[in-house]
Amino acid sequence: MSAVRPHLASARWDVEAIRRDFPVLHQSVNGHPLVYLDSAASSQRPRQVIDAISRYYEQDHANVHRGVHTLSQRATDAFEGARESVRRFIGARSTKEVIFVRGTTEAINLVAASFARPRLQAGDEIIISALEHHANIVPWQLVCEQTGAKLKVIPISQEGEVDFDAFQSLLSARTKLVALAHVSNALGTVVPVKRFIDVAHKHGVPVLLDGAQAVPHAKVDVQALDCDFYCFSGHKMCGPTGIGVLYGREALLNAMPPWQGGGDMILAVTFEKTTFNQLPWKFEAGTPDIAGAVGLAAAIDYLENLGMDRIAAYEQELLHYATAALQKVAGLRIVGTAPEKAGVVSFVLEGIHPHDIGTILDAEGVAIRTGHHCAMPVMDFFSIPATARASLAFYNTRAEIDALVHALERARAVLL
Amino acid sequence: MDLKDLYRDVIVDHNRHPRNFGKLEPADAHADGHNPLCGDKLTVYANLDGERVREVKFHGSGCAISVASASLLTEAVRGKTLTEVDKLYEEVHDLLTKQDAVPDIAALGKLAALSGVREFPARVKCASLCWHTLHAALHREADSVTTE
Repeated sequence: MSAVRPHLASARWDVEAIRRDFPVLHQSVNGHPLVYLDSAASSQRPRQVIDAISRYYEQDHANVHRGVHTLSQRATDAFEGARESVRRFIGARSTKEVIFVRGTTEAINLVAASFARPRLQAGDEIIISALEHHANIVPWQLVCEQTGAKLKVIPISQEGEVDFDAFQSLLSARTKLVALAHVSNALGTVVPVKRFIDVAHKHGVPVLLDGAQAVPHAKVDVQALDCDFYCFSGHKMCGPTGIGVLYGREALLNAMPPWQGGGDMILAVTFEKTTFNQLPWKFEAGTPDIAGAVGLAAAIDYLENLGMDRIAAYEQELLHYATAALQKVAGLRIVGTAPEKAGVVSFVLEGIHPHDIGTILDAEGVAIRTGHHCAMPVMDFFSIPATARASLAFYNTRAEIDALVHALERARAVLL
Repeated sequence: MDLKDLYRDVIVDHNRHPRNFGKLEPADAHADGHNPLCGDKLTVYANLDGERVREVKFHGSGCAISVASASLLTEAVRGKTLTEVDKLYEEVHDLLTKQDAVPDIAALGKLAALSGVREFPARVKCASLCWHTLHAALHREADSVTTE
């Protein structure tokens, strides 16, 4: 595979050079230069990722794990090579622990269907937090309906921090699983998950982390975290839509039944008995998203070449700048003020509904998310119908934050 | 795309100072409307004299477009017969969704200020929520409607 190197000439963080890797950023929207501040919903892709996908389709595509012919072998090598990239990126022990899925939502549903549902009984409990995205709420509600288990919710503070003491008192012999966001999509809170994992493990309870908002923004090492399941999506980390990863501890995955049946997940099929394939293929029925995996591997190469630590440092600096700049806007209140945050600023503006903010900002070329961010319980907690959310990536600039502030002043001028 | 097409003076005024805002209890007819996408929630109340709408009020919270649309609605339907309200409901629906519709300014009156909404597809549901809610209330279709 050809080298996928971002154009980073020196150790200096050259955001303009990085931006040149992202074709989509260079356009006008409604007569203004695009300011893309919605990377928590979906990030943009660098040319290197787009090219890797094109190259795969132009030169190498065939089905994987099937044919003896050359293209099938190339496709298989690319697909399994991508798995190795993911393994290295998140620090898994083995590629057996890396399952390709459609995204974070599917990863959580896989664990709900194959790990939780067969094990849980009436009276058992699953613990989540009040910060969760709907994807880390609804699958567990379904399991609870099916098994008679109960969902327990750790409260959050006004700052948007998960209450560790409350978590400890919720843990009991009835607890069978803990499922937590690593980083909140609605508020940006970085949850100190290691503490939660350590205490859960003392009770013998496995922990699943929803890492959709964490993996794109800082180094994640599943062995250092010692989590049991870790879920994330390609499209939030400069990779394609439709591909994501479930990391699972090998012993747990081995003990779980397959969740979908079909081709690729079997070794032998007769009408009397089917022998399932080994990990990780046991959980990958049907032809997988091969090009998606290739694109995800290219995204990982891109991020690693920039350096996850440098990405995190730059985004933190930008977050501080954005927080300070937004606080100066009259009537603006930031929702979610935990001391440790990823590059997300959720806010409300007195007298202006978030939906109107979204429309007026779009007219100024500024793309942000408005609404409940698939976290309706978080909105209910703060007694607000919705927020406006600016979310940052390493390709954003201070000038873009200034454009956001300018557009917010325009919203005030139009509506107040 | 011009913001002034959407946020016309009439819209901004009715958002700042919504008319007939408040609860009407008991009411001959009422229904709740909810747009889960943006969190808009409103209740529309109506009192009737036979086939004629005597008074309408609305209560709830939402964006400028949904609040202004509801405020304009309360002024527009007061004194109309149920058949006239249904006709107006159809006309507003066309105004909001049909690109080539020529608004009947005489029939619509101030409601014509909503004509800019159709240039903003993401906002059509904001403007139509109160109308669906009133329709449900008057036709006893449901106690609550949702745009999704």
